Amino acid sequence: MIDKTKELERWAQLLRYDVVRMISNAGSGHPGGCLSAADIITCLYFKEMNIRPEEPDWPDRDRFILSKGHACPVLYAALARRGVFPVKKLKTLRKAGSFLQGHPEIHTSGIDMTSGCLGQGLSVGAGMAVAAKIDRKFYRTYVMLGCGEMNEGQVWESVMCASHFKLDNLLAIVDYNRLQFDGSVDEVLSPGSMVKRWKGFNWNVIEIDGHNINEILPAFEKARNTKEVPTVIIANTIKGKGVSFMENDYLWHSLMDRDKLAEKCKQMKKDMENADSFYAKRLW
Amino acid sequence: MQTASMRSAYGESLVEIGQKNKNVVVLDCDLSKATKTSLFAEKFPDRFFNMGIAEQNMMSFAAGLASCGKIPFATTLAVFASMRPCEQIRTSICIGNMNVKIGAPYGGLCTGENGPTHQCIADINTMRGLPNMTILAPSDATSCKACVLWAAQHKGPVYIRVLRDNEPVIYSKASEVDVLSGNRLKDGNDIVIFSNGFTSHMAVVAADLLEKEGISVTVHDIISVKPIPEKAVISMAKKCGAVMTVEEHNIYGGLGSAIAEVVSQKCPVPMKILGVSDYFSDSGSHQSLLQRAGLTVENIVKQTKSLLNKKE
Repeated sequence: MIDKTKELERWAQLLRYDVVRMISNAGSGHPGGCLSAADIITCLYFKEMNIRPEEPDWPDRDRFILSKGHACPVLYAALARRGVFPVKKLKTLRKAGSFLQGHPEIHTSGIDMTSGCLGQGLSVGAGMAVAAKIDRKFYRTYVMLGCGEMNEGQVWESVMCASHFKLDNLLAIVDYNRLQFDGSVDEVLSPGSMVKRWKGFNWNVIEIDGHNINEILPAFEKARNTKEVPTVIIANTIKGKGVSFMENDYLWHSLMDRDKLAEKCKQMKKDMENADSFYAKRLW
Repeated sequence: MQTASMRSAYGESLVEIGQKNKNVVVLDCDLSKATKTSLFAEKFPDRFFNMGIAEQNMMSFAAGLASCGKIPFATTLAVFASMRPCEQIRTSICIGNMNVKIGAPYGGLCTGENGPTHQCIADINTMRGLPNMTILAPSDATSCKACVLWAAQHKGPVYIRVLRDNEPVIYSKASEVDVLSGNRLKDGNDIVIFSNGFTSHMAVVAADLLEKEGISVTVHDIISVKPIPEKAVISMAKKCGAVMTVEEHNIYGGLGSAIAEVVSQKCPVPMKILGVSDYFSDSGSHQSLLQRAGLTVENIVKQTKSLLNKKE
């Protein structure tokens, strides 16, 4: 029997490859924030969330909103790898005629809400969570936010709203890689203590290493078992995680060097093919 | 002259559709007693959500509800419903064609005494730039009810511009109101006046006065500014050969612009756009602000005659 952690780590690595390949292929995109989110997205789509890949609009599915929508390549990769649409479609990212838009769009299979204009996702998620409460349904709503996104005032409106309405069926996840477009979060608009901020609004706060599957999964479970208050997971992550030259370099928020990324993509493919038959049959 | 309150009609209509359809949900930003959503809140407390003074959150929250099959009526004063959360309306609501209704009482200059911050002359033009959005500007309490009933049946975002109190009654029954095509309030041959909101009643009174002077005027109440009822506009413009528009809104981008876009391209005839000429008003009574804008029966009569002189 394959160890669950090991299996999830493999999927996460595959999503990282997909992201590098997709953005390299598209010639634009936001690799850094995809790579910091890859392990959490993997845990959501391959373990935590109750979805039906063959029926993406199933009314009782768990919802996911990628509020930091610029990281959508990693979400598209997860949807493709779960079978919501064919993996070969990933090469159409950002191309005219493709359903894989530069930022998530609700008409794409598996995408629960248009996002990417920062600050809106948690508000939308609160609306979904309230709809579940009205209908006495048990689906949960997951929202991933970026730490730069915390600059937006609307985030704090939604934070107040979710605790006011006691939305224990809502989980916020902050991909806390501490870098945004122009530099570190402390240089741009210092957030102070992220944990204290959320606690101040009466949220259940869980802080984890966002790259450690053995911390991510138990945090999801704790959130599910917490009643009357919403939960936020502050996931400490590394922007660009898994690609050495991107790690902790804010300039790789966007595609900085197309040739360098193409070279890396070839190297990744070679290394992964040699490493494991799991990858060999899935690479493109 | 019989009058009725449009905001009360808005609140009462929400109760009516709430009774028929359990998916109707109402949101308000701490103004429920002013917008009259309080009527819905009393009747259906489990489907009413006071969002606090947080309009951006309300619009995105409404999109989330709509994605789960609810029909949210997100309500606050027109000036805050249209402009503060404009980007949320575009991104969370319009791009996905989400089934969210935006109820916007206190449109136009009716908040007069509160000054330019609360007067709303740039909501229609703000909303008009958003694909998928339907914009309704009813002219009395009855047509306001018709708009709420219509919006609840329509799939997709709708902005309903509601006024306040004491609007002259134009229609007797909501079922008589044609929301999409608008309604002929008076039939004539020399000129057509397209109007909406508070000014439609003025246009009818002006047309009656002009008739006594031998000038025959059509008055057509345009409720749907978007989509604009193009066929009706073209046929009346062709028939009358001169077009005037009257609205309680900036002359840039509102009803006048919507009509001009049709007339100039499909049936060019002399035209005049009457409204607020691109300025912010000071505090003052509604009447005094209408006076300054030239939105009076007397000025409609005067402008009509002046426009007729330009007709070939």
